[in-house]
Amino acid sequence: MTSALWIGTRKGAFTLRPDARGRGWKLSGPQFLGHIIHHVVQDPREPRVLLLAAKTGHLGPTVYRSSDRGRTWKEAAQPPAFRKAADGEEARAVERVFWLTPGHACERGTWYAGTSPAGLFRSEDGGGRWQPVAGFNDHAMRPKWVPFGTPDGQLLHSISVDPRDPQHLYIAISIGGVFESTDGGADWAPLNEGCAADFMPDPNVPYGHDPHCVALHPGAPDRLYQQNHCGIYRLDRPERCWVRIGRAMPKKVGDIGFPIVVHPSDPQTAWVLPMDGQTVWPRTSIAGKPAVYRTSDGGKSWRRLDRGLPQSQAWLTVLRQAMCTDGRAPRVGVYFGTTGGEVWAGAGGGESWRCIARHLPEIYSVTHAV
Amino acid sequence: MSCTVRIPSPLRSYTAGASMVAAEGGSVAQVLASLERRFAGIRFRMIDEQSRIRPHIRLYVNTTEVTALSQAVATGDIVHVICALSGG
Repeated sequence: MTSALWIGTRKGAFTLRPDARGRGWKLSGPQFLGHIIHHVVQDPREPRVLLLAAKTGHLGPTVYRSSDRGRTWKEAAQPPAFRKAADGEEARAVERVFWLTPGHACERGTWYAGTSPAGLFRSEDGGGRWQPVAGFNDHAMRPKWVPFGTPDGQLLHSISVDPRDPQHLYIAISIGGVFESTDGGADWAPLNEGCAADFMPDPNVPYGHDPHCVALHPGAPDRLYQQNHCGIYRLDRPERCWVRIGRAMPKKVGDIGFPIVVHPSDPQTAWVLPMDGQTVWPRTSIAGKPAVYRTSDGGKSWRRLDRGLPQSQAWLTVLRQAMCTDGRAPRVGVYFGTTGGEVWAGAGGGESWRCIARHLPEIYSVTHAV
Repeated sequence: MSCTVRIPSPLRSYTAGASMVAAEGGSVAQVLASLERRFAGIRFRMIDEQSRIRPHIRLYVNTTEVTALSQAVATGDIVHVICALSGG
């Protein structure tokens, strides 16, 4: 099976593919040199199709579509954009397309996009024309749900579609929280009970949380994992209260980070990459010793995986879209990219690591394509 | 009205590399619409969905900065598109 890692960076998109002998990786690109690439995502319904979210420092945001596995690209005829504001309304403009998610398997051509400022958009023609999801973007509660943004702005991310029901959607917003829709996006409700919001005057608020990444298990879609600004959580629906499984992490490591990825078939297994969330939030590997942690029991315990990773003075930062698996059970490959431009591959579920690319621009996303 | 638009390098992927292109219109808005008809997608990279000039873009008609898209353009004018970047 052909396999590729798509690397979205601050200066373009790159691909890594296994070399002919299958022992190393061959880097190709850049494509879109100079563009800020937040996400590159393959369509599992049509594997030849990829969508790519791009902008530059000065030009407006857009989406490109490839129908030949990334060899050529065509720009969306109508990129995600908020509706024209009425007099007296807040006039929102998409600053960047931050996240892309393919729609349900039965809705061929449907895609969702999350933006900054926090907006949800839907395309029904494979990413060519995008429409605002008014049920969220114009929800009466939205100004309260999304009170303010991160230094990088409000970010709508982690869009998940229940594989059993195309009407059942989850989104996450930094800062705002996790929200759920059971009617295809027409209405939404917060889903943050149990999650800490230590930075808020009342830490038990129903919304206003900072989920960094939420992953729904594709084979057990009642199970969600969340890496939050305030810990690692698990939720088993129909429960509504997240359980802080990060409490089982070593105290000196803590449970702060950005990405969380799930095993392709085992809902008990997930990986995180802890970052330093103390004092002013350095957001680097703890004590300069990077490590991935894996749970194989739904978060009751965690195992440190650092064989092959630098053992000291390595101050890596890994962003929320920059970690993935190759989806190949049982010996799952795990990959992450750093803001310092390195890509690391963890064989055997992260048992041993090696650097497979370096000297790339700041990495924003690492995704796998077949 | 016929004018010329000076295209900066970040937008020349839309104009097949051309740095100067002809456009029609008696206002900046009409000139941009004319550009969009020829080079689909180019307007949204400069102008947001609220019809505002994007924060790091500036437009000039000859040497006068454009503050409203209704600003007049006359035959023979040159519309300049300026992009600002900073740091790495």
